[in-house]
Amino acid sequence: MTPLDAPGGTVSGEEMIAEVLSAYPDKFAKRRSKHLTIARTGEGEDAPSCGVKSNVKSIPGVMTIRGCAYAGSKGVVWGPVKDMVHISHGPVGCGHYSWSQRRNYYTGTTGVDRFVTMQITSDFQERDIVFGGDKKLGIMIDEIEGLFPLNKGVTIQSECPIGLIGDDIEGVAKKKMKDTGKTIVPVRCEGFRGVSQSLGHHIANDTIRDWVLKDNANTEGGTEYDVNVIGDYNIGGDAWASRRLLEEMGLRVVAVWSGDCTLSEMEHAPKAKLNLIHCYRSMNYICRHMEETYGVPWMEFNFFGPTQIAKSLRAIAAQFDETIQKKAEEVIAKYQPMVDALLAKYKPRLEGKKVMLYVGGLRPRHVATAYDDLGMEIIATGYEFAHGDDYKRTSPYVKEGTLIYDDVTGYELDHFIQKLRPDLVGSGIKEKYATQKMGVPFRQMHSWDYSGPYHGYDGFAVFARDMDMAINSPVWKLPQAPWKAAS
Amino acid sequence: MPQNADRVLDHATLFREPEYEAMFENKRNAFECPHPPEKVQEIADWTKTWDYREKNFAREVLTVNPAKACQPLGAVFAAAGFDQCLSMVHGSQGCVAYYRSHLARHFKEPCSAVSTSMTEDAAVFGGLQNLVDGLANASALYDPKIIAVSTTCMAEVIGDDLNSFIIQAKEKNGFSKEFPVPFAHTPAFVGSHTNGYDVMVKNIVSYFWEQEEGDATPGEAINIVPGFDGYAVANNRELTRILDQMGVEFTFLSDVSDVFDTPTDGTFRMYAGGTTIEQIKAARNAKATLSLQHWCSEKTLEMVQESTSQKTQSFHYPMGVSATDSFLMTVSEITGKAIPESLELERGRLVDAMTDSQSWLHGRKMAVFGDPDFVYGMTAFLLELGVEPVHCLSTNGGPAWEKKMKALLADSPFGTETQVWPRKDLWHLRSLLATEPAEFVIGSSHGKFLQQDLGIPLIRLTFPIFDRHHHHRFPTLGYQGGLRVLVTLLDAVLDKLDRDTEETGISYDLTR
Repeated sequence: MTPLDAPGGTVSGEEMIAEVLSAYPDKFAKRRSKHLTIARTGEGEDAPSCGVKSNVKSIPGVMTIRGCAYAGSKGVVWGPVKDMVHISHGPVGCGHYSWSQRRNYYTGTTGVDRFVTMQITSDFQERDIVFGGDKKLGIMIDEIEGLFPLNKGVTIQSECPIGLIGDDIEGVAKKKMKDTGKTIVPVRCEGFRGVSQSLGHHIANDTIRDWVLKDNANTEGGTEYDVNVIGDYNIGGDAWASRRLLEEMGLRVVAVWSGDCTLSEMEHAPKAKLNLIHCYRSMNYICRHMEETYGVPWMEFNFFGPTQIAKSLRAIAAQFDETIQKKAEEVIAKYQPMVDALLAKYKPRLEGKKVMLYVGGLRPRHVATAYDDLGMEIIATGYEFAHGDDYKRTSPYVKEGTLIYDDVTGYELDHFIQKLRPDLVGSGIKEKYATQKMGVPFRQMHSWDYSGPYHGYDGFAVFARDMDMAINSPVWKLPQAPWKAAS
Repeated sequence: MPQNADRVLDHATLFREPEYEAMFENKRNAFECPHPPEKVQEIADWTKTWDYREKNFAREVLTVNPAKACQPLGAVFAAAGFDQCLSMVHGSQGCVAYYRSHLARHFKEPCSAVSTSMTEDAAVFGGLQNLVDGLANASALYDPKIIAVSTTCMAEVIGDDLNSFIIQAKEKNGFSKEFPVPFAHTPAFVGSHTNGYDVMVKNIVSYFWEQEEGDATPGEAINIVPGFDGYAVANNRELTRILDQMGVEFTFLSDVSDVFDTPTDGTFRMYAGGTTIEQIKAARNAKATLSLQHWCSEKTLEMVQESTSQKTQSFHYPMGVSATDSFLMTVSEITGKAIPESLELERGRLVDAMTDSQSWLHGRKMAVFGDPDFVYGMTAFLLELGVEPVHCLSTNGGPAWEKKMKALLADSPFGTETQVWPRKDLWHLRSLLATEPAEFVIGSSHGKFLQQDLGIPLIRLTFPIFDRHHHHRFPTLGYQGGLRVLVTLLDAVLDKLDRDTEETGISYDLTR
């Protein structure tokens, strides 16, 4: 029995895909067909293959859900670094729409020594397009120094026009570094670069390498138990819930990139003994760099759901000595009663419920096992901006017959939801309300729907509570008018 | 252990638990390399001084927390108000993801729009092929009656010529020449979302009007351009109710009230309601076109004047008694329809409510920020209520707005102390309120950071409202809308009074 061939389904997964493709003009049906598949285990394989084409251009006019490189750099990687000022360099819109929207929590005083939830922009006007924005940028950095003297540095997040009008933001950055003595990072993350957020992550990683670590990496004074958490953006406090577990098992977390992160933590990261990477997609680049340059090995881990948390804690501990391994077991044992209580409370209400996911980064695979823990079943999953290595990593997480979609279009997703009628869809704000109108429960799985944390044991409790409240809300009995039901 | 299954703590309380507090403290001291707390406090205090204010107002290029968005957002909003009209934004695709998210977060509704998904190669060679493919796919998948094309700044910087591209794209796709693809150039580096709204309404309407033959023949109906209004869902319906009572035939030129308020009944409606092509065409033969927001419609009204003999008139988001009076009298004068007793009764009820409550608002000091028409309309109502506006600020308001604001304020004894701030952002407003405070700030959700920093309560009455639900489902225009605004202001004032007095109990009164 496969998810899509379950009783009640009148159409196979492959037929459903063919149906959705028939709406496209031929040329584009062919292109989209490479992004849609049903996970099947081939001969000689031990897990279903999620082999779809990925990381290529979205086709025009289809309502792709993807964002851009600026979103990947300013919105994801750089934006949460809390003691630097991030300039949205260009017209006013990009910074406005991304203003305080990712809920990367942090401690400190906003506008004084912290700047995450501020919209700081050069607000380009026509004359800036014509004459260039470099002079303006230089003045702007001076003005930032004057009004926000406690900033530790500035990043320049390029919007589309910057690369098109030939501005030399690197030149401005170098000059201003001399003037201010602070770190100034020019980021070429114009929205037209690449095919999605993904290139923005990569570009942002490269600028950390070239403009932060290159001159200021600090490898001194570490301990045997130093680790970094890479690719945790502290959405709803995720990184804090994760950090607690690592500290409880005796490790010293030098830096979390980049949730609740400071420039100092980035600079000191190379002293760690091990990089623990959560969002592989957005920050694997810098892990590879730190491995090559500073000899810091890296490993992936998964802090969604008790099964993966325990597995990850043990795998991490295995990299250290017996003291750490013993403590890891103690941590797992300490939280087990809470896990048991959570499962006793929520599993009966969620068992067998079918879930469709469409998210980005690591979540389309990493959260799957948290749903498994609650007895729920992922019947479809896919990524906004994955690469081939993400889909390879997804295979072990999915069951035979799962629908896989890459860069799904609004049309396809609506069609699949209507056909499959899952008990829950986990995706983003753009998908939320259309799905709910179909009478299907929904959780935003980028922002945790204004909830969180979802990482770690503390986070799993919130995750379980939220999935229960989404699915078992009494409101889902009401969409149909009773007189309609009667007729 | 802070967490447990019986009482699950989420972020709002979890991180106040001692285990987390200790962790933060340790992280801060061991790794963050922070400034000393006394230094942070010193700078925090300094940011609230006149010295800082002067420095803050001396900046020439830095923009911090501006209360404005970019043109294409307005274009997408405007296009959503036409029947089965799909927005296609030509340029980078991330922009469209942003507009859709932004509108969805405010309305708690889906927002549909497509992008031509231009990337680096299109930056070099132009986006013609993207537009060709985009039109083919969008029409195949989404069955639009109109595709309204606007532009991101990328397409504007490389100079894509939409007119020529659309003609070529139709030919290449085998589209009939008649398939409506109105377009508007909406560079993000000019104006703001209000200008994008204006130019898109203008271009969609003129697209159909230009196809009509002969001179326009003014009939009985009037046209109404609502402008970029986050409360359009309720306001358009309220205006409909009012004009129906008057027996006025009218057409909204862009009406988003249905598409941003569809039911949850098992079906997702990508399109709902909106001005139909037939209505747009018929609108050419209207008697007059009225705009509810002057600075959202300058080009549209200019086009109406140039292409028809219609009378045009614009308002500034008419809120409160006098502004509603003036709007209704204008409608009555143009159409010859009397203002019915039922509306007079509604007017009387609003005035009645204002007399009941006037003592709680008289002399209160409030600041207002937002789009230029909203700030004008809100301020006019505040003056009627005896509120003393302290600062009126609009990031996208210019010298013309400033002049009109000053004329409005000069007319009222309650406006003599009011300061008007065009082209200023919310970081300017922070300095203003820190040095010359108000008791309340009226604006959008973005004002919550002012509340956080200065302890001045925010009253949410304009777009975008992200952190409160469904306010936009209740009108702010008309006499009924005035009542809603009045209650919103009163609740804020009386809630604050309760908070301020609950500790001692003195003045914590049951009846007020």
